[in-house]
Amino acid sequence: MANKTFRCDIVSAKEEIFSGQVEMVVVSGTLGELGILPNHTPLLTGINPGPVRLRLSGGESEPVEEVFYASGGFLEVQPTHVTILADTALRAENLDEAAAQEARAKAERALEERADDFQFSMAATQLAEAAAQLRALEKFRSHTSRR
Amino acid sequence: MSVGKEIRTQIKSVRNTQKITSAMEMVAASKMRRTQDKMNEGKPYSVKVREVIDHLSGACPEYRHVYMEERPVNRVGYLVVSTDKGLCGGLNVNLFRLLVGDMKKWHDRKVEIDLAVIGKKAQSFFRAFGGNVVTSVTDIGEHPVMEDLIGSTKVMFDAFGDGQLDAIFLATNDFVNTMTQRPVLRKLLPLSVADSPDGAEQGQSRWDYIYEPDARDLINGLVQRYIESQVYQAAVENVACEQAAKMVAMKSATENAGKLIDDLQLVYNNVRQAAITQEISEIMGGAAAV
Repeated sequence: MANKTFRCDIVSAKEEIFSGQVEMVVVSGTLGELGILPNHTPLLTGINPGPVRLRLSGGESEPVEEVFYASGGFLEVQPTHVTILADTALRAENLDEAAAQEARAKAERALEERADDFQFSMAATQLAEAAAQLRALEKFRSHTSRR
Repeated sequence: MSVGKEIRTQIKSVRNTQKITSAMEMVAASKMRRTQDKMNEGKPYSVKVREVIDHLSGACPEYRHVYMEERPVNRVGYLVVSTDKGLCGGLNVNLFRLLVGDMKKWHDRKVEIDLAVIGKKAQSFFRAFGGNVVTSVTDIGEHPVMEDLIGSTKVMFDAFGDGQLDAIFLATNDFVNTMTQRPVLRKLLPLSVADSPDGAEQGQSRWDYIYEPDARDLINGLVQRYIESQVYQAAVENVACEQAAKMVAMKSATENAGKLIDDLQLVYNNVRQAAITQEISEIMGGAAAV
């Protein structure tokens, strides 16, 4: 294979989170988890709140991974280039676990009460986001402990 | 001694002005840093969205968004981003000059023009100059909020969607560096391949994305983000330009005031010396007469 790596950019409305050569990108798209390798066919999709995992190039002996959290946005795939336009994105280690858990608990309570439709859908989104943040943290932990 | 009293008053007033301008220079300098940070924060996103949109219009999407339609131009819209306050050198004037030049071209072709303005300066300029101002936003402050901008500029984009406008341009200032701000006109709509940088490979561009889940929703969402980020970025960048231009303008005003004071001081000294000499010679003359 000619190219083992491709370029990946992650930007959020606030800042550029990541830019560099990677071997693989794993994202949760609206229709499910996506693993993207070099020379992928052009693809455009929305992404769900959740972890974004990158396997960085350069790690000859052991693949180096980085985990980010994105709260939804868009993913554009070109054969040699992947762009993630996130609404908000964070490095996973910057996530605040306590805050995420609290948000989840609060959202769950709101779901149980179910005051009206609007609040219901708000709470549902919040729950999804909090759960996704926790998932990203878990991923981050599991592969740092493996190392 | 009341010699050169007018000159002394004048020196004093120039000195007061100088104090004000140098204070304003320092204020602008400190604000500039913050506004520039804000501009740089948003830049990667707007650049990337633009790239994606360029790719998208280069592809042959199964669903064409209404914003991609090329139509014969009967009516154009301008989105003018200006400042709220003056005292920032030629920033607004240069922009308006460019804009009016371009408007004239459309006018000569009997194309109607609608304007949406951001900032008080553009508002008052077009009130004096004439022009069909559809919407205006003022007092966006140093930290523009997306909602304020989107609300009123939406009118323009809706008009394009309804087919009332056939092209929308964005007139704003590009921040080159602290000393240089360049007025630019950018085409926002229709989204076209023409201004994409890699338009060379158009011949072989019979490709399309895979869309998940649905081309329509995705493209709608993306286009919306694109417009929002372009407008927001323009506003933020213009604020950074304003502060930079203001700093430079106030700096040169302070220097000019200094020069003026030096000149006046020289004149004042001359006058005073002349008066003294005259007095002495009068006394001498008087003494000789006695």
